[in-house]
Amino acid sequence: MEEAQISKVFAALADPTRRDIVARLAVGDATVSDLAEPYDISVQAVSKHIRVLADAGLVTQHREAQRRPCHLEAEVFDLMTRWIERYRRQAQARYERLDAVLADLQADENAEMTVPSQGEAS
Amino acid sequence: MTATARYQATIEADPTVPVIRITRDFDATPAQLLRAHTDPVLFARWVGPDGMNTRIIDWDATDGGRWRYVASRDGEDYGFRGCFHEVSEARIVQTFTYEGMPEGVSLETLTFEDLGDGRTRLHAQSLVDSFEGRDAWLASGMETGVNEGYAKLDALVGEL
Repeated sequence: MEEAQISKVFAALADPTRRDIVARLAVGDATVSDLAEPYDISVQAVSKHIRVLADAGLVTQHREAQRRPCHLEAEVFDLMTRWIERYRRQAQARYERLDAVLADLQADENAEMTVPSQGEAS
Repeated sequence: MTATARYQATIEADPTVPVIRITRDFDATPAQLLRAHTDPVLFARWVGPDGMNTRIIDWDATDGGRWRYVASRDGEDYGFRGCFHEVSEARIVQTFTYEGMPEGVSLETLTFEDLGDGRTRLHAQSLVDSFEGRDAWLASGMETGVNEGYAKLDALVGEL
């Protein structure tokens, strides 16, 4: 997935109404007027949101008799999850390096603690 | 690096504000974890990413002190800087900026939660200044930005 596309997806999802729309489409396909119903905004405004989601590749619309239901492209999420998991692993890798540093730190501290006690014993 | 780490990093976010939280447990005391974050020699050893050489340029890990480091790979330098707002036993509060994108400043709060038995839970929270700023981070492919993006997605998937 192109970085420009990723950026579009995240920008599309930054809006709370569009996140709501995505959550509703995750349940099943719906028309723009279905989607507009629970909101205090016009069908035109919902159409605009759908265009942003479609432009990001998150939603497609196909003709079905007289209706044009919106469909959530779930595989975009799979791609994003994989793309982002790469970076979660970077955070994990960083903290595994920190694990090693902390283990050394503990070894040093233990050594410092044993030296004086040996001194006392002699 | 060990084959299988004992603890895994988890990332979560508030869906309504650009806040990201990374949580990770460590087999270390809070004091040791604090030292690994404030001692510049120790910090440079782990901040990474892998394959990057980190040079500490400025480092004053006290309230109001400043920090700056340069990460290098294949002859390319990437500078990062910020200020330590608070450095205490329980937490570090600091700003963070990638010099390649100086208009983006995040506020980082690291909290060391003592779990007892020599274990500590690190809570690393990043507050970015806007969703647009976060997207810019994403587009840049920088590690911090994408972790934030991951958090965003986690939150979204959680809502679905």
